[in-house]
Amino acid sequence: MANEGVNNGRRRFLTATTAVVGGVGVAATGYAFLSSWKPSARAQSAAAPVEVDISRLDLQPNARLTVQWRGKPVWIFRRNEEQLAVLPGLAERLADPDSENTDQTPAFARNLARSIKPEIGVLVGICTHLGCSPTYVPELRPQAFDSEWRGGFFCPCHNSRFDIAGRVFAGVPAPANLPVPPHHFDPGNPNLVIIGIAPEEVA
Amino acid sequence: MNAQIDKAVNGVSGWVTERTPGLAPFLRKHLTEYYAPKNFNFWYYFGSLAILVFANQIITGILLTMHYVPTAAGAFASVEYIMRDVEWGWLIRYMHSTGASLFFVVVYLHMFRAMLYGSYQKPRELVWVLGMLIFLVLMAEAFLGYVLPWGQMSFWGAAVIINLFSALPVIGPELVIWIRGDYLVSDATLTRFFALHVVALPLVLLLLIVLHLGALHEVGSNNPDGIDIKKKKDEKGRPLDGIPFHPYYTVKDIFGAGVFLVIAAFIVFFAPTFGNLFLEFDNFNEANPLVTPQQIKPVWYFTPYYAMLRAIPSTLLGVVVMGGAVMIFFLLPWLDRSKVRSYRYRGWFSKMMLALFVVSFVVLGWLGLQPGSELQTLVARICTAFYFLFFFTMPLWTALDNTKPVPERVTSHA
Repeated sequence: MANEGVNNGRRRFLTATTAVVGGVGVAATGYAFLSSWKPSARAQSAAAPVEVDISRLDLQPNARLTVQWRGKPVWIFRRNEEQLAVLPGLAERLADPDSENTDQTPAFARNLARSIKPEIGVLVGICTHLGCSPTYVPELRPQAFDSEWRGGFFCPCHNSRFDIAGRVFAGVPAPANLPVPPHHFDPGNPNLVIIGIAPEEVA
Repeated sequence: MNAQIDKAVNGVSGWVTERTPGLAPFLRKHLTEYYAPKNFNFWYYFGSLAILVFANQIITGILLTMHYVPTAAGAFASVEYIMRDVEWGWLIRYMHSTGASLFFVVVYLHMFRAMLYGSYQKPRELVWVLGMLIFLVLMAEAFLGYVLPWGQMSFWGAAVIINLFSALPVIGPELVIWIRGDYLVSDATLTRFFALHVVALPLVLLLLIVLHLGALHEVGSNNPDGIDIKKKKDEKGRPLDGIPFHPYYTVKDIFGAGVFLVIAAFIVFFAPTFGNLFLEFDNFNEANPLVTPQQIKPVWYFTPYYAMLRAIPSTLLGVVVMGGAVMIFFLLPWLDRSKVRSYRYRGWFSKMMLALFVVSFVVLGWLGLQPGSELQTLVARICTAFYFLFFFTMPLWTALDNTKPVPERVTSHA
């Protein structure tokens, strides 16, 4: 076919519309392909609340329960008078002593011990730095990583430190306190903690 | 009889040539008439060795996929099955795991060679950039592969590296869930890592290697003197200081491959874990999402960058520094303002800076393997600072450097 009688305007229009239609098709397919990487319906439904009986915490000092909620480790542990007494004095060594960042601390836990009952701590055991699970070091005695250790959590991955209320120390890689998950105590049974539902969500 | 064989061979080759007239010129261009400088030394083994290791990874990798089960429930057991029950499975797996570490040994030395002789300088910038892309993809490939055995280090290493992306503002947390395909590292993560490790990234690597070699053969190889051998040619247009790649350098590279294979075989047979460096002891425990091992560290080839990440007391800044430390290598051809290529004709200051850079890189690598005391963190910060100082001030000291005159022809030594 020769070039006689070429309608350049029509040719440009057809090229442009073909490119647009093709581009929309590629974008739509790309969206579907990329979305296939999101959590599946099955993974989303695995995020149901978990009930925990905490009466076992009384069996030995410094006991801690670890349960899985949304696949993450959640710690439930008992704090003694001595551990609670050091909390006010740590403020100046901490990055966010008053738990002002609400991403980690829901309103019901904005207090000194970051909990509903001061003696019972409930925390998501995932370091806010890069997601390792910190080690529980409840004893108030000097440690290799901190000569003035007052009890708390130590992340072995990048040496982040948290106090026994899950508050992060200043100058460590972790940027924020350990998250307090939504949870509440069963109104009828003080030894039953329900993780996944905040107190204000209980009807 | 001989005449008949000749006739048959000529017939077949004639048939092929008629249908692919480009084949013979292609082989001439890349092998028998690719003129490489005649003064290549020890440092020039590592390019061909990288191809050898790549072939090893592909072949052993294909065999491993035949027995490996890419699920969180089955992965760890299937690796043990390969080690104990599959005939010669242990050999195939150790060749693959040792190959991964040796790949980085070879690639790091190959990159150091380029820094030593200024091989990235004009007109080889594109060769260098393509090589850097190979390095980036190789790092991703190695990381993904390390997750597959689903041991404790696999799991927690994956958790840490994926969480690096959470440091990005706004999109960070959503992006991390998208990469994992779940709210934590899980089955969904393992299966996609498997697909990327065995299909997607090897294809990308292969393509990049072809482009890297193609770009190199367009401009020709550099040499330890950093001289352009194309400036002095004989009457037939062949470089006076060049020799055909085949047979001269194929033979040299086969010798290098022989020595390399002896070392590799020694590691595979006598020290496959290489003292906790090539395979970490904690990874012989199955992944447990509720317990982080006492000491988390990546495999040795990532430790220089890991030490930087750990030394910075801010997640976002740490990630930026770590990523920047890798990416800044891309800029090398434009940061180096020296009139000469090779360190042989550079001044003492340039030599000292390069030596200190190597020292800080090795020290960072060692620090990344350590638990990280306060003194170690301080040293890591100093080394990180020097690492970036080396690149940022390079335009200055390479331009001011007291260089020596470069000879017309390659020197005979080495």
